[in-house]
Amino acid sequence: MTTLDTGRDAAPRASFFNDPVIRGIIYQVVVAALLLGFILWIIGNTAANLAAQNKTTGFDFLWRTAGFDISFSLLPWSRASYYWEAFLVGLLNTLLVAVVGIFFATILGFTIGIARLSTNFIVSSLATVYIEVIRNIPLLLQLFFWYFAVLKAMPAVRNSFELPFDSFINQRGIMIPKPIPDEQFGFVWIGLALAILGVIALRYWARKRLEQTGKRFPVFVTSVAILIGVTSLVFWISGASVDFEVPVLERFNFRGGLQLPPEFVALAFGLTIYTAAFIAETVRGGIQAVSHGQTEAAESLGLKDNDRLRLVIVPQALRVIIPPLTSQYLNLTKNSSLGAAIGYPELVNVFSGTSLNQTGRAIECIAITMLVYLTFSLLTSAIMNWYNARVKLVER
Amino acid sequence: MQKALVSIAVAASLGLGATAAQAAILDDVKAKGYVQCGVTGGVPGFSAPDSNNVWTGIEVDFCRAMAAAIFNDADAVRFTSLTSQERFTALSAGEVDVLSRTTTWTMSRDTQLGISFVGTMFYDGQGFMVRKDDGIESALDLSGAAICIESGTTTELNAADYFAANGMEFNTVVFVDQDEVVKAYEDGRCDVYTTDSSALAAERSKFANPDDHIILPEVISKEPLGPVVRAGDTQWFNIARWTYFALLEAEELGVSSANVDEQLGSDNPAIKRLLGVEGEFGAPLGLDNAWAYQIIKHVGNYAETYERNVGPSTPIGLERGLNALWKDGGIQYSPPIR
Repeated sequence: MTTLDTGRDAAPRASFFNDPVIRGIIYQVVVAALLLGFILWIIGNTAANLAAQNKTTGFDFLWRTAGFDISFSLLPWSRASYYWEAFLVGLLNTLLVAVVGIFFATILGFTIGIARLSTNFIVSSLATVYIEVIRNIPLLLQLFFWYFAVLKAMPAVRNSFELPFDSFINQRGIMIPKPIPDEQFGFVWIGLALAILGVIALRYWARKRLEQTGKRFPVFVTSVAILIGVTSLVFWISGASVDFEVPVLERFNFRGGLQLPPEFVALAFGLTIYTAAFIAETVRGGIQAVSHGQTEAAESLGLKDNDRLRLVIVPQALRVIIPPLTSQYLNLTKNSSLGAAIGYPELVNVFSGTSLNQTGRAIECIAITMLVYLTFSLLTSAIMNWYNARVKLVER
Repeated sequence: MQKALVSIAVAASLGLGATAAQAAILDDVKAKGYVQCGVTGGVPGFSAPDSNNVWTGIEVDFCRAMAAAIFNDADAVRFTSLTSQERFTALSAGEVDVLSRTTTWTMSRDTQLGISFVGTMFYDGQGFMVRKDDGIESALDLSGAAICIESGTTTELNAADYFAANGMEFNTVVFVDQDEVVKAYEDGRCDVYTTDSSALAAERSKFANPDDHIILPEVISKEPLGPVVRAGDTQWFNIARWTYFALLEAEELGVSSANVDEQLGSDNPAIKRLLGVEGEFGAPLGLDNAWAYQIIKHVGNYAETYERNVGPSTPIGLERGLNALWKDGGIQYSPPIR
């Protein structure tokens, strides 16, 4: 018997170029080649131009003496330090203001976001006004405003506001006494670590007990009591003591103590205020995304107000909030580069500002700086993605 | 196929690389019809827009002199305001043809940035300004004082050197933009504002109460300020350099914008050569033989631009000092035009 050839089982062999698979490959190869060619062109063009401009290039300058001063540094810094140290100082200053900014912006943003949903007319209108005003003014202008407004409002050094505990506020910043613990103080740290372990154990136990018996235990109050109690007890028994280095007014400025320059305060404040407005909107959106039915369902289960928020509403809202919140954190970190405009020695000011100019290595300095921001952003993203994966809806 | 594309791309990049080595700057400038001049954002007396929004100042006059030499028109020049951070990149990237922006001539800049300093238009030195009621009399009293500085300047390094050499505590606040530096000093963030003495005088003239501020007697550095061009184009470098020398030579020979037409008939061979009546000095520069005549006619000589912009009769009020001609006790000196 002859088999009937329906022509179905053989693939529809069109001409070579009309085969979708082959076409796909060709497209990808072409795009990849064009991209590669473009990158090579950029590199070649840059190299040729640099050569034509008789410029010295390379990264050797990182090991040369910097010779300039940095006003605010977490690392020891002198004019004999190297350029790579200047890079580190700038990097740490950027990180410091970013971490402080993210911390306070999160707290303020959540507060304002919740306030905006308040049934109290005054509270919700105030929150709305805050968000609309702050979000719609460019950040650079706000930073100038905070910096120069604060400078103008503060008294001169010799007429500083005196605060309790030998602290001072003036145009040069905020000065507070610097604690200098003695050797015995090590025991206090050990005590604190033990107390923290105890609190973790307590929480675990309380949770188990709640699951098994349904009985509640006042975890928060007990935890605070343990932390304070154990630490002070160790402090008292070990005979540790803390000296304070008090800021003292000299001829021009205060010396000693911990000093926060106004550039840092203005930048951290400005970034917090600005980013908090965006975070507030994100939070409001996240909470509103949880349907009212969830609240009613939780109520009908008999959950208390607190538990309803903590166990039902917030976990669902967080799923909506985390991704946009991540990009706000990234924005804040990147926006900290505007600190260069108000004299805060962060990465852009120190490295792609002063260092770039003193060495003339524009491409090298800018490339390193961009790489740093890219790394920061990817790291923040990675951490927030990990957190997002933890809180996201588990589908069964 | 991929290989072919890559080799095309590489060839293209090499080709573009070759065209990137520019043609003569003079030809470009003549083709576009004006000189692009990089200046400050506003240092009175050096480069700042006046009340009619016309750029004036001794450094602006230098650019106008170049335009006059090339185009016989002192207005054939456009100005780009640059921060001290942007200036060298803007120059070497070709955004400006000449940089005339209170720029200090140093060895590292001259040898590493692909730029060439033309000469010293203004001999300056770094000084300190303080508030009068602080009762400071010497820069040696400044240990621990907060100092406002503009980023990316020689000032930043000089001050660090000076404080280290004298064992004083150094405490700076660094801003990218000069306006912010001055504002921060005025608002009391700093006790001291430091930059070139001439710029201190210029900025002080802008304050509400200039008399509340004094400039300390110490001058802690040499700050030879001069115009800069891209390295590698000898013709353009020579035009810039001899424009500067022509300004000096004219003063030395007593030729000014007021009497330049009379002086055309002078019997002095040096004046004849300067004004292009005798000899052939324009062509080697690619310019008209009356190049220096045009400079003096439209801009004047060095003394005229000095007196007009920063001299004792202006709000800046700077004596000639080092900037007097060599025969008057200064160090401004032009090689002979012959």
